[in-house]
Amino acid sequence: MAASSDRNPPPFPTAEESEPGLCDMADADSDEGEDIFVSNSNPVSVSRGVSQPDRVSEEPSDLFSEEAASSTAAKANGVHSDDDNDLFADTNVELSTDKSSSSARKEPSGPRHASTFTPSPAAMQPTSLEQLEEEEAKDSFDVDVAVTNPEKIGDGMNAYVAYKVSTRTSLPMFRSKVFSVRRRFSDFLGLYEKLSVKQSLHGCIIPLPPEKSVVGMTKVKVGMDDPSSVEFVERRRAALERYLQRVVSHPSLLQDPDVREFLEREDWFEDKFQEVENEEQQLRKLHVVVDSLVIHRKELCGNTAVFAKSLAMLGNSEDNTALSRALSQLAEVEDKMEQLHQEQAASDFFIFAELLGDYIRLLGAVRGCFDQRMRAWQRWQEAQSTLQKKREAEAKLLWANKPDKLQQAKEEITEWEARVTQYERDFDRIGMTVRKEVLRFEKEKAKDFKSQIIKYLEAMLQSQQRLIKFWEAFLPEAKAIA
Amino acid sequence: MTSIDENSKEKLRSVSVDLNHDASLLIDIPDALCERDKVKFTVHTKTTLSSFQKPDFSVPRQHEDFIWLHDTLVETEDYAGLIIPPAPPKPDFDSPRDKMHKLGEGEATMTKEEYTKMKQELEAEYLAVFKKTVQVHEIFLQRLSSHPVLSKDRNFQIFLEYDQDLSVRRKNAKEMFGGFFKNMVKSADEVLISGVKEVDDFFEQEKTFLLDYYSKIKDSTAKAEKMTRAHKNIADDYIHISATLNSLAADDMTANKNLNIILSLQKVEGRVASDQDLKLTELLRYYMRDIQAAKDLLYRRARALADYENSNKALDKARLKSKDIPQAEEHQRQCLQKFDKLSESGKKELTSFKGRRVVAFRKNFIEMAELEIKHAKNSVALLQGCIELLKSN
Repeated sequence: MAASSDRNPPPFPTAEESEPGLCDMADADSDEGEDIFVSNSNPVSVSRGVSQPDRVSEEPSDLFSEEAASSTAAKANGVHSDDDNDLFADTNVELSTDKSSSSARKEPSGPRHASTFTPSPAAMQPTSLEQLEEEEAKDSFDVDVAVTNPEKIGDGMNAYVAYKVSTRTSLPMFRSKVFSVRRRFSDFLGLYEKLSVKQSLHGCIIPLPPEKSVVGMTKVKVGMDDPSSVEFVERRRAALERYLQRVVSHPSLLQDPDVREFLEREDWFEDKFQEVENEEQQLRKLHVVVDSLVIHRKELCGNTAVFAKSLAMLGNSEDNTALSRALSQLAEVEDKMEQLHQEQAASDFFIFAELLGDYIRLLGAVRGCFDQRMRAWQRWQEAQSTLQKKREAEAKLLWANKPDKLQQAKEEITEWEARVTQYERDFDRIGMTVRKEVLRFEKEKAKDFKSQIIKYLEAMLQSQQRLIKFWEAFLPEAKAIA
Repeated sequence: MTSIDENSKEKLRSVSVDLNHDASLLIDIPDALCERDKVKFTVHTKTTLSSFQKPDFSVPRQHEDFIWLHDTLVETEDYAGLIIPPAPPKPDFDSPRDKMHKLGEGEATMTKEEYTKMKQELEAEYLAVFKKTVQVHEIFLQRLSSHPVLSKDRNFQIFLEYDQDLSVRRKNAKEMFGGFFKNMVKSADEVLISGVKEVDDFFEQEKTFLLDYYSKIKDSTAKAEKMTRAHKNIADDYIHISATLNSLAADDMTANKNLNIILSLQKVEGRVASDQDLKLTELLRYYMRDIQAAKDLLYRRARALADYENSNKALDKARLKSKDIPQAEEHQRQCLQKFDKLSESGKKELTSFKGRRVVAFRKNFIEMAELEIKHAKNSVALLQGCIELLKSN
């Protein structure tokens, strides 16, 4: 095990630990002994390097203690430990901070785990064999998980696949009966890593996530359409699902706060984005049905008009005078009905259908805002990567003792430091704007829908009232038949 | 066993009025069983007439048995001057069955609630078709039982009483008559239109009237059916809308209210559609068939007239040739007698038919108007309530 000092270049200890290969995807780099983590994006750890000293690297020993997390900001993902060197040679791990003040700082498209290292209650461990067997017998796994909807997020080498993790449960400790979050592969690995180092779970059989595959993932990143990529993603999805099922089937693991957080915790933006997407989908469906309603009502118009004419002809044919009159009157009523149907169809279309159409498009625009925030985030990440590269280049120059180039390198570092700061600020700002805008949009939408629906219903009300008048006028005619 | 309770039967029994009131012979169909495509009706008879073996009895009958009865009545010479009540149409479950099939195929694309609701609607539709076919078969028998002449028909009695399978008897009948009459009917209209010169004003008018009226009412029936179907489609659309709103509504209070009102509107729309179907479309459909039966009567009379005219010509010929005069005279007398009989009873039948038709139309129109008003008032109340609720928030 290498001493931490070996992996402790002055400015970014975590960066060194976590990104020896930086944005380079090739796992081959991890062969270099202590370089544990190859991550293309390890944003928060890097950012923490930027914005605050990272406790993790400075106190590696803390990682092994469950109580490592101080009450203040930095919460460590226990996986960043020296011990894990061999186990997680291929792991992509992300750290995240969960600071209430800077929720905007979270990755827009990746999951955020705040791993709370609270001591696992000793009560988890049955003290006697009998108790053990008893626990086994209880065996009510009221939790069902599914991993679905693999979705490629982002482009190029920065891309990754997000899966929908859905949970269905009757256990009260969860926030609701059915819920879902988006997680990526590295999140599953992260979960495993957290669980595997917990003292409280020592001795437990921790299920293993599927293996990482650089080749497979690279193909996916580059282009997901070919069948082998599709198959790869499907195999991985299924494997992740089995992994999760095994985790939640384990009574101790199910109780673990990290597991619960993995299943439940959502980022506001993530949440909203899902909401927006769902809503758009539903509105589209609704739009289709309303279109169908409009068509059918127009059909009804046509059929009624045609029927009215036919009935008038029948009335002319009828030899009983009173009945003949009644038939003609009925034909007139049907004519008026046709008029009503016409107006109703117009209302269906202009008020209802158009409203839906507008909001489907608007929701698209809302999604666009989220995308912009995402791009701001990516720009920031890329800048951080570049900065890292520059720093390493500088380090190399120091080593190679080339003072002439060093000056330029230092200038570049300064430049990129500024950029990183700027982009981070931009990201924060856009996050706040998006948040405000979405809330404003939702208020407007509720108002808009309400007023339009009231309009629609009022039109329908008027129509029905006229209908009553028409039939009430006809009734005496019908009674007059003799 | 699907049974129809008395209440709903009362509602349905509207296309023809004043039937089944004569206690000497009361007929109804209290039960029917639907097996795949075949419907088995339980025909129940209560009678005080001595011509029957028992005062109260039931037999199972299929649709084909009704058709057999109708056809034998039509073929009976003695009834040529009567309007034979139209045969009930074959039970047609195609529409709900096709829809059920489509629903099954589309199950994957809709939510569980949507699917359940659609299924319920289809089951209701299926039941409605079932009820209608029972009604129509029942009315056929009741028309017969309330007719002074037809109620005494031997085959009618067999139909009501014979506790074994009628299909054997049916086959014999078919062999006897074959498609004879059917072929005749095809050209009936032509005979009526072009045929013999009419001697009686009443019948001349009737002929003109019935021919014209038939084509008009046939047209109206078809158009009413289309209108009813469009109404049903709209009701179905409301189901889909409410289902989608349901998925949107999860936490949204306003949406929930909208959802409820859409659901209620859908129910109202559905009822409007089915009431219209019963009161208007069924009415038109029934009288279309009845008028066809009246036309058939005219046709038979026209043939009788033609026969009479031919017999006159034959008599003249016989007189000229001085051969077979008595036979020719006898033949001519018989034809005249038949023609007169047909004319006399035909006149009676057609007159009472008019009255019957007017009464039935009146009753149905009144009921239809009342139902439309009722449903519209319901909708108004719903809408007003919902609008107020939305505005107050």
